[in-house]
Amino acid sequence: MYFESLDALLNMAGHGPYVWSCYGLFFALLGLNVWHAKRQQLKALKQVKALVRRNS
Amino acid sequence: MTESSWRMPRWFHQMGSPKWFYGFAGILQPWFAIAALGLLTWGALWGLAFAPADYQQGNSFRIMYVHVPAAILSQSIFLGMAVAGAVGLVWKMKVAFMVARSCIAIGATFTAIALVTGAIWGKPTWGAYWVWDARLTSTLVLFFLYAGIMALNQAISERHIAGKATAILAIVGTINIPIIKYSVEWWNTLHQSSSFTLTAKPSMPAEMYLPLLLTVLGSYCFFALVVLMRTRSQIVQSQSGASWLMQHRDITGA
Repeated sequence: MYFESLDALLNMAGHGPYVWSCYGLFFALLGLNVWHAKRQQLKALKQVKALVRRNS
Repeated sequence: MTESSWRMPRWFHQMGSPKWFYGFAGILQPWFAIAALGLLTWGALWGLAFAPADYQQGNSFRIMYVHVPAAILSQSIFLGMAVAGAVGLVWKMKVAFMVARSCIAIGATFTAIALVTGAIWGKPTWGAYWVWDARLTSTLVLFFLYAGIMALNQAISERHIAGKATAILAIVGTINIPIIKYSVEWWNTLHQSSSFTLTAKPSMPAEMYLPLLLTVLGSYCFFALVVLMRTRSQIVQSQSGASWLMQHRDITGA
């Protein structure tokens, strides 16, 4: 590891808040996209399943 | 040249079939998910904890590993959306319109990430979160284009017309892409020029650019995953009465 301790990694010589907030935002928004796409997929499948049940 | 040599390849027409696309995308989806998760985790950990600090910017340069992929993807997705839209218009392919529509939210997300991480990076580097420089302003315009296309899509309830409108707006909007790309060369900007291109050797050492390569590739895989997921949802919605879908294992559970 480049940093000597976990504290140094978190602090990054004062740049920690800038760096960590960027990574947090990146992964949070990507996660939100997958979650929304998955929800959309499940919703669409549920509607078709309901249609199949009504027809049978 | 004979007439047959002008024909589009077989796979191109297969892609236009909702049934074929649904099945093929279902096979690809888990592989893109694994690749995206692996590459992004590997790249981010390397970039955060193992890459050496920049001699001028210190540790703030680590923001590059999320900012640069987001900026590259924001433009690539817009171009991809325009190409899919053009294919939809020319070959009247509904699946292509669906792919174009699936690009909007993920493209807007990457643009927002590029803008916000860029602003956060600007503070320790330039001393300001925002400057009205050509690169930043043209990227903000890109975000507004995505927002406009998203609003247009939601305003038109007829899916086919919404698909056409999205395609046209995306094609017209591509004029902004070369402006973003060359803004750092055409104008005097605070934003640095590209330090990472496909054609030239990187200006930084391998332990600095390899994590970037990983996060860029991981972001492309992530984009592919989300587009496949969203396109499959739209196929399910549009084909809800089709017999192939009714008998599909996603519906029957078998």
